[in-house]
Amino acid sequence: METKLPPASTPTSPSSPGLSPVPPPDKVDGFSRRSLRRARPRRSHSSSQFRYQSNQQELTPLPLLKDVPASELHELLSRKLAQCGVMFDFLDCVADLKGKEVKRAALNELVECVGSTRGVLIEPVYPDIIRMISVNIFRTLPPSENPEFDPEEDEPNLEPSWPHLQLVYEFFLRFLESPDFQPSVAKRYVDQKFVLMLLELFDSEDPREREYLKTILHRVYGKFLGLRAYIRKQCSHIFLRFIYELEHFNGVAELLEILGSIINGFALPLKTEHKQFLVRVLIPLHSVKSLSVFHAQLAYCVVQFLEKDATLTEHVIRGLLKYWPKTCTQKEVMFLGEMEEILDVIEPSQFVKIQEPLFKQVARCVSSPHFQVAERALYFWNNEYILSLIEDNCHTVLPAVFGTLYQVSKEHWNQTIVSLIYNVLKTFMEMNGKLFDELTASYKLEKQQEQQKARERQELWQGLEELRLRRLQGTQGAKEAPLQRLTPQVAASGGQS
Amino acid sequence: MAGAAGPGTGPGAAGGDGDDSLYPIAVLIDELRNEDVQLRLNSIKKLSTIALALGVERTRTELLPFLTDTIYDEDEVLLALAEQLGNFTGLVGGPDFAHCLLPPLESLATVEETVVRDKAVESLRQISQEHTSVALEAHFVPLVKRLASGDWFTSRTSACGLFSVCYPRASSAVKAEIRQHFRSLCSDDTPMVRRAAASKLGEFAKVLELDSVKSEIVPLFTNLASDEQDSVRLLAVEACVSIAQLLSQDDLEALVMPTLRQAAEDKSWRVRYMVADKFSELQKAVGPKITLNDLIPAFQNLLKDCEAEVRAAAAHKVKELCENLPTEGRETIIMNQILPFIKELVSDTNQHVKSALASVIMGLSTILGKENTIEHLLPLFLAQLKDECPEVRLNIISNLDCVNEVIGIRQLSQSLLPAIVELAEDAKWRVRLAIIEYMPLLAGQLGVEFFDEKLNSLCMAWLVDHVYAIREAATNNLMKLVQKFGTEWAQNTIVPKVLVMANDPNYLHRMTTLFCINALSEACGQEITTKQMLPIVLKMAGDQVANVRFNVAKSLQKIGPILDTDALQEEVKPVLQKLGQDEDMDVKYFAQEAISVLALA
Repeated sequence: METKLPPASTPTSPSSPGLSPVPPPDKVDGFSRRSLRRARPRRSHSSSQFRYQSNQQELTPLPLLKDVPASELHELLSRKLAQCGVMFDFLDCVADLKGKEVKRAALNELVECVGSTRGVLIEPVYPDIIRMISVNIFRTLPPSENPEFDPEEDEPNLEPSWPHLQLVYEFFLRFLESPDFQPSVAKRYVDQKFVLMLLELFDSEDPREREYLKTILHRVYGKFLGLRAYIRKQCSHIFLRFIYELEHFNGVAELLEILGSIINGFALPLKTEHKQFLVRVLIPLHSVKSLSVFHAQLAYCVVQFLEKDATLTEHVIRGLLKYWPKTCTQKEVMFLGEMEEILDVIEPSQFVKIQEPLFKQVARCVSSPHFQVAERALYFWNNEYILSLIEDNCHTVLPAVFGTLYQVSKEHWNQTIVSLIYNVLKTFMEMNGKLFDELTASYKLEKQQEQQKARERQELWQGLEELRLRRLQGTQGAKEAPLQRLTPQVAASGGQS
Repeated sequence: MAGAAGPGTGPGAAGGDGDDSLYPIAVLIDELRNEDVQLRLNSIKKLSTIALALGVERTRTELLPFLTDTIYDEDEVLLALAEQLGNFTGLVGGPDFAHCLLPPLESLATVEETVVRDKAVESLRQISQEHTSVALEAHFVPLVKRLASGDWFTSRTSACGLFSVCYPRASSAVKAEIRQHFRSLCSDDTPMVRRAAASKLGEFAKVLELDSVKSEIVPLFTNLASDEQDSVRLLAVEACVSIAQLLSQDDLEALVMPTLRQAAEDKSWRVRYMVADKFSELQKAVGPKITLNDLIPAFQNLLKDCEAEVRAAAAHKVKELCENLPTEGRETIIMNQILPFIKELVSDTNQHVKSALASVIMGLSTILGKENTIEHLLPLFLAQLKDECPEVRLNIISNLDCVNEVIGIRQLSQSLLPAIVELAEDAKWRVRLAIIEYMPLLAGQLGVEFFDEKLNSLCMAWLVDHVYAIREAATNNLMKLVQKFGTEWAQNTIVPKVLVMANDPNYLHRMTTLFCINALSEACGQEITTKQMLPIVLKMAGDQVANVRFNVAKSLQKIGPILDTDALQEEVKPVLQKLGQDEDMDVKYFAQEAISVLALA
């Protein structure tokens, strides 16, 4: 197998960043937009889960697993699993309370049993277990009650059947983690179709469910070697659909978090498939509107890749420059943050390749009227490593940013920005006084040249426009010509006039 | 590059090859390469001008290769390029050379960004029509094949949109190949490609021979409709509409209906939603017999679906479904098989379902006739008029005209009034706005007496609403009412009440008087305007609030053309002149504008 997972016993290992809860980015203003929104009346709806429920049978409590002799244990286990496959309507919270309680108790017992009793997981119970899990967790997720659901602002819809669902997930997890668990037996039931449905559940609006799914998928990836490539492929399909078709999928952050630890385990040299995933999936993910929800995890994945293979740096930085936000300042700050993370690990040989376009963009950020963007960009100069890279390449970097910095230092409305820029200019002066003086001297000349160029451009286009009009007039006589032949005629008659 | 002369030399030399010295391609290409995205974008948007300057020959040999080679740019620039190239056939020398445009468009059809790709496909479709049959096979079809076997999903999705434009004009051997390529895209490994293929399946089926539809398209349809991803399955429902139109009843029953029945009961609500959403199209496509046997029971299930989204989509289609039933036996079918389900929906737990139903339910009255409407529908209308959700009530009121034709509105007026009054006083101004917009319609149907008695006071109350949009709408409403009820009615009921507001202590209300006069003067005519309105307007010229004064100037400009010359010269002119000397800048400005527009200088 070309990939190995880090020996993380739990996905909440310190190696993956987002696994500790990601704090929401600071709000620009102190106002909560929520107060402006009127509270939506909760729409009652029933869940798709109960559509095919055949006539509900009455559940009766079975004896406890620990009370029966070992010879009857497995037969009872099967009956309990079958009991747990019965579904209840949780939107009607008073319906069939007794049945719900029987199932809850049975699930609790199963969780307990699979976690602590050795020798329970024999081959014949696998199909029953997977069937029970499938029946409970696999469902078409209901339509979102709020079509403009904003994961940062709105309260998510919680899954009403969570009291049972949680126990099923807990059971599933302990099943996978049991020392008796045999992937070679389970792979007959945990197949591609199963994994695909598992991945679809990541769109759940309930963060508790996604948290369980994340851990479970991580285990599945770790234990079923034959499913790894398939899981990676399906993840990239989900991302591509999210980027190019829907812009809506709740579990992106969780999937990226798992991928972060998967990338961490990639063997070197990286396979083309993995590089392609970085360039064609992870980089375009930056263009999505709701970037802030999963940016920390995404940036982690990107940096992981660069730490594995520095030659990808140019691709990544050019990609980020291509998707650089045009209007969303909040995203721009995130891009700058990610760029600094990348520069922290960049190799000087790679830096040389992208320094010019990169610092032109940084200069544009410094001139942003939004002071947070300008400030974030100027903080690059507080980074010792970046500063040393700039110093080593000052003959390229300085000319790329000087004009903008010089102009902004005279024009920016925010005093903090102006004084930060003065500091940067001072650093430049100390870095290379001679170059600094030359740039100052040529600044005015360049401004004049720019104006001259703009004038020439205007003249050029004016000339072209006149030419076009003359050509069109030239064809007035030839109007009867069929439409498709109109333009060749234009050229011909233009020549005669 | 030819000629070193810069721009601006010898513009008189505009002619076929004389262009070389005029605009060297290097200068133009520099513009297309400019570092500033905005300038690049501007240049690309004027690409046709550049091509015109170069002439057809050099556009083909120099400009297009440049464009093909340098396609790595901002998506916005690429989008503009893709769009331009769709209209470029003339600029490269007409249909004989249309194939020159294919290389750049082919690259554009493979980029990541969806809008660029879609635009490139659109342009390619456009250009395909300009190809000769020979060129189509020699150049266009190979391009489609290359895209269809591209290694990244973007090119394969783009290919899906091109099959139907080249198929009809291809030779039979090539046709077989094209079908083969389409088949493999329908079972592509990537769901994005399968979705693209599924969404073009109907379009492709339409250009195929009937035999191929039966032997090839139907199996593809069946497969896509049972895809593992619901996003693919739901697109097959759309294709179903087109395919059903092509088949005979027997073939339909045997080949398509099993799949459609399955879709209507799909475990994913998105697929069921799609069936509900496309119901009218499906109904028309399968014809009356299958509709009765299959679609009506399916529709009943959709109306009581467990997901509100599906119920709402189905409720929207109730009227169209009933309308499209064969006239013979229609009433019985509706009464026995549809109405019971509609009755349930009136008290649905979900407001979107109820309001979807309310937006179409009134339309049933014309189909069912007077007696059925009074006996069966009227109780439903009345229940919905009392619904807790304002949207439901509004939807009923906005469709009153349908009922009016069948049973007359009087039947409803007793229940209507409380509903209207409540909406008129709703806390949300958008609801108030909506009901105002139906006032002229209601007034027309309820008649002047009922209106004067019950609704007139509401209309006047809106004039002093605290939201400007409501006051504005109320003003327009008055104008429409006057157009309906005539000037005499206006003079007796509306005008006096409007004019009294000129003395209101609140300047916003005083301005409303002016706005009403602006709206009403034309409908009321010269006499009322001169005798009743003009004196009030003139008197308000002395108002202490500048906003009122400049609105006086604006009003005078507005009603001026209705007045006769005497009134203009003797009454309006002096007042405007005085306002023209006002201390407030805006008052001065509008007074002077009025003077010049009315030619009183």
